[in-house]
Amino acid sequence: MARADQPAAAPGRGTDHSRAERMRRRRRIRTLEKLAAPVLGLVLLGIWELCVRVFDVSTFILPPPSAILLRLVSDWQLFLGQGVTTAIEISVGFAMAVLAGVIIALCIFYSRIVEVAVYPLLIALQTVPKVALAPLVVLYFGYGWGPKIFLAFLISFFAILVPTVVGLKELNPGFANLAKSMGASERQVFFKIRLPAALPNIFGGLKVGLTLSVIGAVIGEYVAAERGLGYLQLQANANFDTTLNFASVFAIALLGLAFYAILRLIEDLAMGKMR
Amino acid sequence: MTSELTRDQAGPTGVSVRLGAVVKEFETETGELIRALDGLSLDVAAGEFIAIVGPSGCGKSTLLNILAGLDRASTGLVEIGGAPARGPHPEAGVVFQSDYLLPWRSVLDNVLLPIEIKGLDRKAHVPAAEQLLADVGLAGFGAKKPSELSGGMRQRAGICRAIIQKPGLLLMDEPFGALDALTREQMIIDLQALWLRLGNTVIFITHGIDEAVFLADRVIVLSPRPGRIDLDLKVDMARPRQWAEAHADPEFQRCIGEVRRCFERRGVLHRAQG
Repeated sequence: MARADQPAAAPGRGTDHSRAERMRRRRRIRTLEKLAAPVLGLVLLGIWELCVRVFDVSTFILPPPSAILLRLVSDWQLFLGQGVTTAIEISVGFAMAVLAGVIIALCIFYSRIVEVAVYPLLIALQTVPKVALAPLVVLYFGYGWGPKIFLAFLISFFAILVPTVVGLKELNPGFANLAKSMGASERQVFFKIRLPAALPNIFGGLKVGLTLSVIGAVIGEYVAAERGLGYLQLQANANFDTTLNFASVFAIALLGLAFYAILRLIEDLAMGKMR
Repeated sequence: MTSELTRDQAGPTGVSVRLGAVVKEFETETGELIRALDGLSLDVAAGEFIAIVGPSGCGKSTLLNILAGLDRASTGLVEIGGAPARGPHPEAGVVFQSDYLLPWRSVLDNVLLPIEIKGLDRKAHVPAAEQLLADVGLAGFGAKKPSELSGGMRQRAGICRAIIQKPGLLLMDEPFGALDALTREQMIIDLQALWLRLGNTVIFITHGIDEAVFLADRVIVLSPRPGRIDLDLKVDMARPRQWAEAHADPEFQRCIGEVRRCFERRGVLHRAQG
């Protein structure tokens, strides 16, 4: 290709030396940008800490972050034990939601009768606040794993179903026609075109669904539980132990972050493999 | 594309196509029957370049979908390579107006899609795919994503994908319709060179009278819906045709004139008043 559009090297500018310099500056700026959010987070925690100390706020009202972190470290076995319970509730509920959400989305996509009969009902049900069902869920599922897993499932199911249906439907039919003109079977069209094309939507739904699963499990524990991080919060409330309460919130957030990180890993893997 | 005009000896010769009284009817939402094609009969010889022109909605694309095996004729005969066509024909490659390159695949992997779908050895076809890309001026672009290519480059990659298996029949549905005028002109010239090299049958659907006459051995003019053949015009010009010279050629002007008059009779085109 002719590069007539390339400007002639001007003295002091297009030289290798200044170019390397510019590249270095660019990299430095990018590193600084990556640090911006963590630094801001630390600054906010610092302000929190400072306010609590300067205004001498009672730890019963608002414990300083240092006390919360210390509590997390000193009582790590407690948080780990209760965290495992909550983690199991989240993962089982979420896994069920992924399975049900994707399978029903496929049924809606491939079957006209399911689409006209089932999909509108599911959309209507989506508007029901799932959290409001928590007491009923306890009534039907008792006090064990059941209600937590069911709430974690129910609350994330819709978040996964709808984007998956939308992702499958969004594809321009021209892509499928092109593959069919090459003699592709519907199975091939699905795995080579429909599924990879829908993956960004599906993973968008999974990410929202996962955070909702955490909420579902914790709500389940609030309503009726003898274990779990949500239960730990109730205990903390009963004992006026606000530090333990905050530490539990931190632990729940850390758990959510860990799940999110795992999902991101799976996403990268799937995008690499399927696409 | 190089203007290497020797026919590829290893390549297949084209396959013939025969349409006999093809009728295609659609049912609309209101239950009305719309006739898109009304008894279309056409014989295309092996290795012939056929251009089909017609106004919007005349059933051109319906016809191409039937030939590509994506749609079925309501009644009538469709033969490809002497045998009744049932579904997508293994000897047919298709290029649509939109390139439909899968955005998550590299250009090379897009070109190799038909190989994957047919369950053939991908690795064995990589050199052929790279050669094709080089032939159309996309050497070194195989690893790029389609989004990094211009519209013309993407359509070239789409053509490579359609011809990776050296199809005996190349079906093109307004392949240059979405390109700017300059890119389109170069693509037309390159398509001629490609066809001269491959020697396959081409059915090329277009709105452009000039590109139809320039490229085709025969120009088929379809009437407004329901589509019927209004004119079957042989273009008697030597190959390879040069774009600028061809436009000055009396035969070219005669053919353009015939097609235009055909459209004027049908009210598709109107002469300026005054």
